[in-house]
Amino acid sequence: MGLLEARDVSAAELHAAYLQAIRERDGELNAYLRTVDEPDGAGVPIAFKDVISSRGVETTAGSKILAGYVPVFDSTVAARCREAGLPLIGKTNMDEFAMGSSTENSAYGPTHNPWDPERVPGGSSGGSAAAVAAGLAPWAFGSDTGGSVKQPASLCGIVGLRPTYGTVSRYGIVAFASSLDQVGPMTKTVRDNALLYRIVAGRDPCDATTVELPQPVEIPEAEDLKGVRVGVPRELNEADGIEPGVKAAVERTIELCRAFGAEVGETTLPRSVEYGLPCYYLVAPAEASSNLARYDGARYGLRVDGANVREMYEKTRDAGFGDEPKRRIMLGAYALSAGYYEAYYGQAQKVRTVIAQEHAAAFE
Amino acid sequence: MAISKDEVLHVARLARLELTDDEVDRFTEQLSAILEAVAKVSELDLSDVEPTAHPLDLVNVWADDEPRPSLPLHDALANAPEKDAVFFKVPPA
Repeated sequence: MGLLEARDVSAAELHAAYLQAIRERDGELNAYLRTVDEPDGAGVPIAFKDVISSRGVETTAGSKILAGYVPVFDSTVAARCREAGLPLIGKTNMDEFAMGSSTENSAYGPTHNPWDPERVPGGSSGGSAAAVAAGLAPWAFGSDTGGSVKQPASLCGIVGLRPTYGTVSRYGIVAFASSLDQVGPMTKTVRDNALLYRIVAGRDPCDATTVELPQPVEIPEAEDLKGVRVGVPRELNEADGIEPGVKAAVERTIELCRAFGAEVGETTLPRSVEYGLPCYYLVAPAEASSNLARYDGARYGLRVDGANVREMYEKTRDAGFGDEPKRRIMLGAYALSAGYYEAYYGQAQKVRTVIAQEHAAAFE
Repeated sequence: MAISKDEVLHVARLARLELTDDEVDRFTEQLSAILEAVAKVSELDLSDVEPTAHPLDLVNVWADDEPRPSLPLHDALANAPEKDAVFFKVPPA
């Protein structure tokens, strides 16, 4: 950014340089689904996970059912980036409809981890994570429903923020689970992350689930963690099946936090850790079964013809969705169906309350 | 099996998914395994707990009753697989 401000390099040159890097390396990584040739802004180029609607640029959410779909409007995230002068460099690969943790569920092939192409970059925002880690984008946005910004950021060694729900507009974001989805910055540094967050955060009249931030986003200048309290949930590090290398990395990070001046202590989240995953796998698919009902071949995206409208819906959806969306749609529909609603979805909503209360107590 | 083949077919119908026979078999097995895992939530006695439908305490977020720019017809039809004048064209019911 300093180079751009000092006019040592023009936006067009920067854009072209990234396109060249992508040409050279992305064949191996498959982080990008498509690139934008002409920069539309004088600022630092940015990549968007293909779940983020970009006016005039194909947006597929990693699925065949949206192949060829070109949004006629910008998502609020895209619009705010445009207003800030950030040109779109390209759309990145993802697990189909954000369902997955490895980007292996993309209908357009997997993305490879730039640190070791035999490994996954994580998911579902694996394309954005890989692009930033490999220097194929200066920064990017991903989306997080059950960890899909944080986890790929971690697996690719970059910074990922999952914003507090309601602080970033979901208008124009291809919906997976509407009470959980959030768009988050994926960057090389914490400072860049705060800059991007500040650009997009804040109430949006087009998304009634957004709120104004209590105070403006502060761009961090500190080089230590003095004054920061970190709680490590005991249960997460006691669980079975943690790979030894991962355990060691976590312990090293805890020590690093201390070395940087943070006050690190133990906290406890017993029911969140034990029941969080089953709760998520009821709430998210239930919401997804509703959100993915719109993909029916009628108004946009893939259409497979049928003798009647119902056949068109069924054939289109069978051909257009991969296995993971199909599983989650059916799981969700089942959990919401008459006779099962109370035991599955209703109960999961109550577990969600327990999890929220446990976290509120931990933060006191 | 936590879910039967008939229930899978029923749910597939509800979700407007036409599954092949192979898919029905595969998904019956996979969905059974997932349902067994998520049924864990029923271990907790939560009769006194309120359900959470939404993470924030937002109620009645109103918009002013003022006309605003809307999606032009041409844009609304721009991605239509098949159209006829101002209509999306689909097979008959």
